[in-house]
Parts: sequence; structure tokens; C-alpha cells
Amino acid sequence: MAQIFHRSTNFIARFSVFSALFLVGLALIAVLGVARSPYSTRQNISREQPVQFSHKHHVADDGIDCRYCHTSVETSAVAGIPPTKTCMNCHSVLFSSAPYLEPIRESYRSGKSIEWNKVHRLADFAYFNHSIHINKGVGCSTCHGPVHQMPLVFQANTLLMQWCVECHRSPEQVLRPKDQVFNMDWKAPENQAEIGARLREEYKIRTTAELTSCSTCHR
Amino acid sequence: MESMREHEQHGHNEHQHEHDAQTAGEHPLDLAAVRAKLQSKTGKQYWRTLEELAEDPNFEELLHREFPRQAPSEWDESVDRRDFLKLMAASLAFAGLSGCGRAPEQHIVPYVKQPDGLILGKPQFYATAMPFGADAIGLLVESHEGRPTKIEGNPDHPSSLGATNAFAQASILNLYDPDRAQTVTNFGEIRTWSAFLDSAQALSAALKETKGEGFRILTGIITSPTLAAQIQSLLMLYPQAKWHQWEPAVGDGAREGAKLAFGTYVNTLYHPEKAEVILSLDSDFLGSGPGHIRYAREFSHRRNLDQHAIVNRTGGEMNRLYVVEPTPSVTGASADHRLPLRASEVELFAGALAGKLGLGISAKVSPDAEKWLEAVAKDLQKNKGASLVVAGEHQPAEVHALAHAINAALGNVGTTLHYTEPVEAHPVNHLESLRELCNDIDAGKVDTLLILGVNPVYTAPHDFDFASKLRFDQKTKSKKVRTAIHVSSHFDETSELCDWHAAESHYLETWGDARAFDGTVSVIQPLIAPLYRTHSAREVLAAFSDKPGVSDYEALRERLKAANPSADFEKFWRKTLHDGTVAGSAFPAINAVQKLNPSSLPAAKATSADDLEFIFRPDPCVYDGRFANNGWLQELPKPVTKLTWDNAALVSPKTAEKLGLTQGVASRGGEHGKIYSNVVDVTLSNSKVTAAAWILPGQADGVIVLPLGYGRKKAGYTGSNKGFNAYAVRASNALWSAGASGSAIKKTGNDYPLACTQYHFNMEGRQILATGTLEEYHKNPNFANEHAEAPAKELSLYNGEAEFPYQRDKWAMAIDLNKCNGCNACVVACQSENNIAVVGKEQVMRGREMHWIRIDRYYKAESKTNDPSSYSESLDNPETFFQPVPCQQCENAPCEQVCPVAATVHSAEGLNDMVYNRCIGTRYCSNNCPYKVRRFNFLRFQDWETPQLKLLRNPEVTVRSRGVMEKCTYCVQRISSARIEAEKQNREIRDGAIVTACEQACPTQAIVFGNANDKESRVAKLRAQQRNYTLLGELNARPRTTYLAAVRNPNPELEKA
Repeated sequence: MAQIFHRSTNFIARFSVFSALFLVGLALIAVLGVARSPYSTRQNISREQPVQFSHKHHVADDGIDCRYCHTSVETSAVAGIPPTKTCMNCHSVLFSSAPYLEPIRESYRSGKSIEWNKVHRLADFAYFNHSIHINKGVGCSTCHGPVHQMPLVFQANTLLMQWCVECHRSPEQVLRPKDQVFNMDWKAPENQAEIGARLREEYKIRTTAELTSCSTCHR
Repeated sequence: MESMREHEQHGHNEHQHEHDAQTAGEHPLDLAAVRAKLQSKTGKQYWRTLEELAEDPNFEELLHREFPRQAPSEWDESVDRRDFLKLMAASLAFAGLSGCGRAPEQHIVPYVKQPDGLILGKPQFYATAMPFGADAIGLLVESHEGRPTKIEGNPDHPSSLGATNAFAQASILNLYDPDRAQTVTNFGEIRTWSAFLDSAQALSAALKETKGEGFRILTGIITSPTLAAQIQSLLMLYPQAKWHQWEPAVGDGAREGAKLAFGTYVNTLYHPEKAEVILSLDSDFLGSGPGHIRYAREFSHRRNLDQHAIVNRTGGEMNRLYVVEPTPSVTGASADHRLPLRASEVELFAGALAGKLGLGISAKVSPDAEKWLEAVAKDLQKNKGASLVVAGEHQPAEVHALAHAINAALGNVGTTLHYTEPVEAHPVNHLESLRELCNDIDAGKVDTLLILGVNPVYTAPHDFDFASKLRFDQKTKSKKVRTAIHVSSHFDETSELCDWHAAESHYLETWGDARAFDGTVSVIQPLIAPLYRTHSAREVLAAFSDKPGVSDYEALRERLKAANPSADFEKFWRKTLHDGTVAGSAFPAINAVQKLNPSSLPAAKATSADDLEFIFRPDPCVYDGRFANNGWLQELPKPVTKLTWDNAALVSPKTAEKLGLTQGVASRGGEHGKIYSNVVDVTLSNSKVTAAAWILPGQADGVIVLPLGYGRKKAGYTGSNKGFNAYAVRASNALWSAGASGSAIKKTGNDYPLACTQYHFNMEGRQILATGTLEEYHKNPNFANEHAEAPAKELSLYNGEAEFPYQRDKWAMAIDLNKCNGCNACVVACQSENNIAVVGKEQVMRGREMHWIRIDRYYKAESKTNDPSSYSESLDNPETFFQPVPCQQCENAPCEQVCPVAATVHSAEGLNDMVYNRCIGTRYCSNNCPYKVRRFNFLRFQDWETPQLKLLRNPEVTVRSRGVMEKCTYCVQRISSARIEAEKQNREIRDGAIVTACEQACPTQAIVFGNANDKESRVAKLRAQQRNYTLLGELNARPRTTYLAAVRNPNPELEKA
């Protein structure tokens, strides 16, 4: 009886099995890739806001400290988005009739809050606390990037757990003297490894085992 | 399944019986067999349920499988395997797809003007008070950006001392209850407040002409000076008007007893801390009634058994508590000696005791009680001036009068108790007050009736038939009361029959004041503006006055200004708001002169031994019915019976045998706490109610307890049609106890499923509880650890692996079983702090309740003489112990080893972390947990839609979804926040800086949390005591939660007997 299948079918069979495996693998890589891509992390994507507010102008040009607006950054889990009143402290006098500040004045008049678009969005099951990072010598720009050069703010890092844990495993690489925390131009010196290790000791930063315990961030 | 809005798949009918093959009749509990089993035992025996004792095969089946075979399907039975696979495939695909999407945009909405003092992300605490009966519980309420989320006790308040009870903890859920009345209605139609004001002013103009003839006000107990002043000013304006009061669950006995003894109303304050010997005459002073939180704290101070600090104590090492009561209470469970007596025999007992103490009375008690009485009398006399006799709230005036006389004879007045003027603004006999109102309505003397806060249509004695007073009579085409106005938080049974209904604000929404049990004026400060168009009772009253527009805030300030003239009122005001109390406003002690010769009291009569005695008691969870719509309290296992979602007619084992009542465990797979119980018809004073019976060891024989507060028709989604309405058979001539012949109770032949949690999470007869007597403790302080074989410390599968050092913080918890009285405050506190869901009766019956801390109730039987009959007695009056069991936070945690996805892992501080976002729901951890403390979200138990409930959540704790395991975290959010604060200041975390929710709520300070590495910490000191033991120590799981053995202090004289 004649063979039903040609010999080459063997090859085709093998080829399809392996390529199926390959494709599945590829799909998996693609899914993971998408999850880590700026498409889903929104890294480096600047966001339009209801008010044309420029951090670049206020921080770099005017030299306003971060804490003038983000008042609770040293004391609380959240840095705080300033109330309209904070804007009006200056803008009741400066550019008090500029049309692009109308949403601010409108909010102040009507008592209705401005709805800002959230830029840094951490997963809800991670409980991040600003104050402890600030108090232990982690600078604003370490996580937020060069905000003073951003006319529209974007998220400079992925905010993925992998990225958080990098520092929690070895905080030395980012620690700076406390007086440099709010310095947006701070650059890690040549001997950061040495300075970082010293600061880690000085600031009594907990052990890596403690910093990477699940309940440090999740509860 | 949602949290507040609990679905009942069973019919809502009170006793509608499911036509199910499974009934109590199939595997009924045989009490005779239980007795026989008990007699075959020796030494100390501990048991939790009758079925456990009986070694019931169905029960054994439950025991051996946490997730029993043939777990019932969640879906309709018509779905077969194919459909199931289709559904699964589809849900997988959809879940997978939805998981791939991008997270949606979110907005940040800052303040326009940020309030002063508010730091975003940091909770604030405000002092306020919860008025409750003749007491106000001082509170500190946690607020997150303006929404109250958690209630704590105010340490500076005399009735709280920093602790709370289950009611105070759960009252926050009432604030966010979606079923609350939200506006003013007239005949059910929505009206504006100004329309109500206009109508009230028109009414008052008419009333002024008749000097208030026919104007009546009905309230509960009022201790608020401002509210009372408002009522008094109305009574001045309308001299013919009258103020009636009706508080259904507080007896008139205490008031009338004081009048009998002293000729006037006085308030009695106890100092349990100073008493060496305490006798409770049916008083649950540790678990309910004014001042009970403080009393529990003071009592627990005398249960401190520190082997290192026996010195520096004023009195003896431990006090001694005797309790005489008809039905087991929290106080009875703490007793060193407990005597079950019928409620009516308590008066005889009090009389006989007075006779023994030479007060010239003779009363006869049963020979058993006589022996007991003799020993108690001797003990009391030995401790003159340091003893205390407390009469129960629900006992008649005579018992209270006798207690006053006995205390005076023992020289206790001024030492262990003192008298003050009454806390109530206007003490009256409530039953007579309500009777007068009803008679006047019938006589046509009432045309305007203002009902504030109370619900008389539901709570009034059934022979008053209060509904008929308000209802439109079809025959005469008229109403007896022309205008009835009801003010209440819910549109309830009474609101339905009233012309006007004004929605009442919650105490967290209003300004006001209330006196605490000792007279201290406590300020009620609102935490949030009213959520709806609600108003306070005082505002409604003011609508009838000359000054209708005065706000609560102004009224309170004016009142305080008048009562406390000081140079700088603003300073005084700020201090008062901050403290929560007006400094120095507690009533001073008064010298109450005994005017009664006890021998002149009429001879007490007990119900005949052949008769049954029905007694009415407020339910320990829903109280008089006011908390019926509170899901937390409905699902809270009742302290002694451990029933949830229902009340039941409680009977003693002997009475059950006599009446042929039994119960049986449902043995269909998957059901853990579903107990089929016999249904009975109870007929009292020509009124009938159908109730499920429940056998309760420790209850007096011949007594049937009918708990009040259930069977409501219009409580709301959660509370309506649960249990049976005991008010329906409660008559005015037998308000607290009714004697009736055996024919008053009849088996209907039906069975009703009850949800009892004591059948869940059983640890199979292992040595879980360690108890002893003071004598045993003196002989061998280490008795708690004798039973366990301690495994070798280095025993480990991981060879050569070094012990983890836990260098810095090593969190641990010690629970003193000597202090825990099972009051349940911790369970609700935990539920509130940790966003724990309510699951509903159906799910509780499957063993799926979510409480992170459970309180196990154990009965103990012990015989030293090896006389079998003494065991049998212990079924009728067992010693009772409570054991709270949260996650034990094992160092060698069995759960961690079996998790395939590392969702439960160890932290560097020794916490057994649960990572919800990793959990895939295999439930291996729960299967492997020897303590059965893990809780699985079988369904999406949380309510994610109801907007009010979103406000309730603690933002520091994740709201869990379906398919996720959860358990006690030692309040890791509180640890985190204390750790961060300490770190910012570069210091160690101080002992006491972290207080877990359960610890904070505990009235007796039985729970202590801290750092075991800090030798000076409270928890380290407790762990160093010899009474300290671990649960199932032989497993080498090394739990961080440890227990201190319970020690009782029995009277040697009674022990010999």
C-alpha cells in the first residue's frame, strides 16, 4: 500500500511543533513587553492638564521650592497637590487677568476644584510614603526626573515593582545628603558608592531584608 | 453577595422551613448520650459544642475536612459540567482580555482652600461621644480628609478609658447605612424642611391657645442637658403638655429600687477595682449597662496575675466573682462561681442573703443554692467594706432595694460603690409613663404626639397595641392622635403610621451633649456634615418653640456658657472640644440615707418549679432592635451562644430533654455551621410567636430566654425579617419575666436552620486552652506548659540553615485569657479597621465568615473526685472560657511552605505577610494552617458599588476581591505608620506606639502587642511569665501570638462540696 504521506511531511510536522512553541514563546514575550512598555506604564508620556501649568517655568525660572506647593511631602504619605488658594497667593497679583489663568480664577470664585490629570500612577496595592523617602535622603529627582525641565510633566520612570525594588535592595546608589534632597540639579558624584554607604549608615536605613519585606509596601 | 445588603436566599419568612431532606430529626442530638460521654471522661475536659461532646458522626465529618467533600455549587443546579466548562473558558478569556487593558485615567481633585490643620494623607482624630441609654461613651473618631472611618475610645473619658464596646465600634456603619431615612416626609411624600417648620409653627400656634393641651412628647432615656433643657423650655411654653419616656431594654428596677430604698431616684456607681468579693445578682455589669466598659477595665485590674509583681497590691492577689443568673452572660462567664437560678428566684436569693447578714428577712432557697449562699455570705462578711453586691438591670425594684441594704450592711457604701444624683435628665418609671400615654390616647386626650428616636410600635408591650393608637381607624374614619410626628434614623415600624417623619442625624453628624454614667458632661462633636437632609431631635423640638432657627451648635454653646461661667469662654470651649468632656462635671457623691426596712418588703414569690419561666433580654448584638440593620453586628457571633443573624429561644439541656427539643448538624457537604433546630410556638398572654429553640448549657432549668431586637418588619435591607419578634409576646405585666405552664411552648414539628460559628475552625480536642485555679497556679505556675512536649528548637527540614535573627523589631502579641470576657469589641474593631466584609447567613452556614479574629467559647468540665456525676452536672453549669484567636504569626509558618506563588511570606520583623496581589486562591495555606485563622473570599463579598460604603473604608488597607486569601496582619498599616514616624525621628519605635485595633478596643486590656526583642516592653514581660503558653506548641510552628492561661479563684469552701 502506498504511503499516504510524503516523507517531507515529517519535516512539516516537526517544523510546526517547534514553530508553535516558538510562537507561544514569542507571544509571551510580546505580552510582557507590552506590560513593560511606555504604552502601559505611561513612562515618558507627557499629559495635558486643564491649566497650562509649567513646572519648568515655576521651578527653573522662578526658583520656587517644591515644598511651596507640595506642602506635605516631608510629613505625609502623599506630597499633596496644592489647593487653588496656593495658586492665587501669587496670581491674584501676577498675571491676574491672563486668559490662560481663567480656570484658576474660576475655581477660586466658584469653589469648584480643578481636576488635574494624574501623571504618576502607582498600583493601588502599593502603599508608597513620600515622607520617609525624603527624610532618608532620597531626592525628588531620583524618582520624578528633571521636573524643573518639564513644561508638561511626564513620568520619568516605569513605577514598576522591579524599579522600586532596585533601590530597596541597594539604596546606596541613590542616597544624597539631606540638604540636597530638593536640589533638582543634583548629580551623583564619582564616589557615590562610598558616600552612599556612609549615608546609609548615618541615616540608619534598615537592612535590605527589612526594606524588601512584602509588608513594607503591600498591606 | 454584598456587605450591607446581605442577600437571603431563604425566604424572609420568620420560620419558613426549607423543604430539605436534612432536618434535625435525621441526626438529632441525644443529650442523654452526651451526658454518658461526659461521665466516661476524667481530668479536665474542654468542649465547645454539644455535638463535639457527643462525638456525633456528622460533626466528626465536618471536623476532618475544612472544605468538606461535595462542596455545594455556587450556581444554579441546572448548570451541568459542559456549561461549567463553557463558562470557565469564557470567563478566562474575558478576564484575560480585561487584564491586558491600560489602566484608566485618574484625576486629582485638590481642595480650593485647604482646611487649617489638615495634612493630606494623615488622619485626624476628634473627641466626641456616643449617647447610649443612661451613659455616653467617650470616643476619638478617626477622620480621613473629612470622612470618619474608625471609632476609638477616648482615654480621657471616664466611661471609656480608651476602650469601646461592640456597639460603639459598629455605630460608624450606621452612619453610612444606605437604608437610612434621608429627608422629611409627610404621609410618605417627600417634603422640605421648611415645609415641616411651617407646619410645626402652625401647630404650635394652635397649641399655644390651649396651653399645650393634648401635646405629648415621647423619648427614650435622655441624659443630654441641652436636649433636656429644650424639652423643659417647651413644657414651660405649653404648661399642659407632657413628656413621656420609654426605653424598652432598660428595666425600671434600678430606678424604682433606689426610690424604694432611699425615697428618691439615685444613681449607683461601682468601683469593682476596690472590691475583693463581688456578687452579681443577675447583673451583667461587665458586658452591658451604664459604665460597663469602665467596670470591665477595673475588674480586669484585679485579674492581673503577674508572678513578678504580686507585691505592691492593695488587696488580695485576685478578686472573687460570684454570679447568680438565669442565663449565661459575659459576666457569668468570668465568674469564679456561677449559680444558675430562675430570674424569679434571684429575689429569693437576695432576700435569703439579706437574712444571713442579719437584715431581718427570711426567704427559702433550694438546698443547693442554700449551700452556695452560705459560702457567699461568709465570704462577703469576711470582706466588709471591700465587697460589692450588684443587682441586675432587669431585676425588679425589690432586688435593687435589697442590694442597697446589703451593701450598706457590709459597709461598702463609700468604698466599693457610691451614690450620686441621677444621670437621666428626668428619671421616671418608663412603663407607667408609656401606660399613661397609651391611656390618654385612648381617652382622646392626645392630639399632637412627637416621638423622638424611639420605635414604640415595635417595642411597646403587645397589650398596649401601640400601632392601634396611631393607625387610621377604617370604622370610625378617624385617628386617635390627630398629628403624630416621628423623628428617627430609619423609616421604621412607627414612622409608617405617623403623619410626619423627620430623618434624624447620626451622632457623628450633629452637635450635642450627653452625660456619662457618672454625670460627666460629654460633648458630641460632628465629624462630618449630615450626609442627607437630616436633623437632630433637638432641632425638631426647637421647631415647636419660639426660636425655631437656633442651630445645635449655638444651643450647645449657649448651654455650656450658662452652665460654666468663665472669663474666657472661647478657651474653655476649645479645651472642652479637645478633651471631649467638661472638666469636673462628674456628679459628686451624695449621702443617700436608707429609708427602707428590708423586712417590710413583701415576701418574694418564685414561679412554681413545674412552670416554665420566659424571660426577655436585649440581644447582645442588635440590642433592643436599634442595630438590626447593622451588618457587622448581625454577623457578630453572640458572645455565649455564637449564633449569628438570628435570635433563638434559649433553653437549658434538661429543659430541652423535658420538652423534647433537639438540634442536628446539617451534614450535606460544605456546610459547617448550619444547625437545624426545632421550631416552637410560644404562647404568652394570648399572643403567639414562632421561634427556633437553642440548647444552651449553663442556663437555669425551666427558663426560656426570648432575646429582644429581632423579627423587625421595617428595619432595612439587612435587618428586616431576621429571627423572631419577642416583643410580640411581651406584656406590660410581665415585662422581664413571665411564668407560664408547660403548655405555653409547643413543638411545631418543623426545623429551622441557625448559623452558629462555634462549629467552625475546630482544633479537634487538642490542648488549646489552659486553665487552672489560683491554688493550682501557686503550686505550679507553669501548669499551662506541662501538657505540651516542647519540640527541639533546632528541629528543621532545612539542614544547616541558620535561624533568622530578627535583630531589630520582633512583633508579638500576648492575650491574657484571665482578662478576656468575650465581649466582642475586638472583633468589630478589627472588621472596621481592616475593611472586612460581611458575608450573610447563608455563607456563615458554610463556614465562610471573614472575621480575622474569632472568639472561641469553651466549656470546661472537671472532676477531682473522679465522681462521674460531677461531670454530668457540668453540662448544666459548665465553667466558661473565651479565647480570641487571630493569626498566630508563626515563625515556622506552615502556610508559607505550601503557597505555590509565594503570596504569603515572612517579613524581616517576623510578620507572616499576606500579599493579596500575588494570591491566586489555591487555599493550600488555609488547609495547612493548624489554627484555622485564614479566611478566603469565596465570592466578591465586598460591596464596591454603594457610594456610602466607599466612604467607610480605611484607605490604609486594601479592599480585597474574590478569590483572595486574607487574615490578621497584626494591623500592619499601623506598624508601618509608627515605623515611619520613628524612622523620621531616627529613634526606635517606642513600646505602645503601635496599638492594634483589637488591643485598642479591648475594655479589659487582655490583648497586648509589642516588640518581643525589647525586654522592657509590656509584651516581653507577659511572654516571660510562666502562665504564657503557645497554642499547639508541639507543632513547632512557634507562634508570635501567645496566651496567658486563665486562672480562677474559687472559694475553697465551695470547692470541697
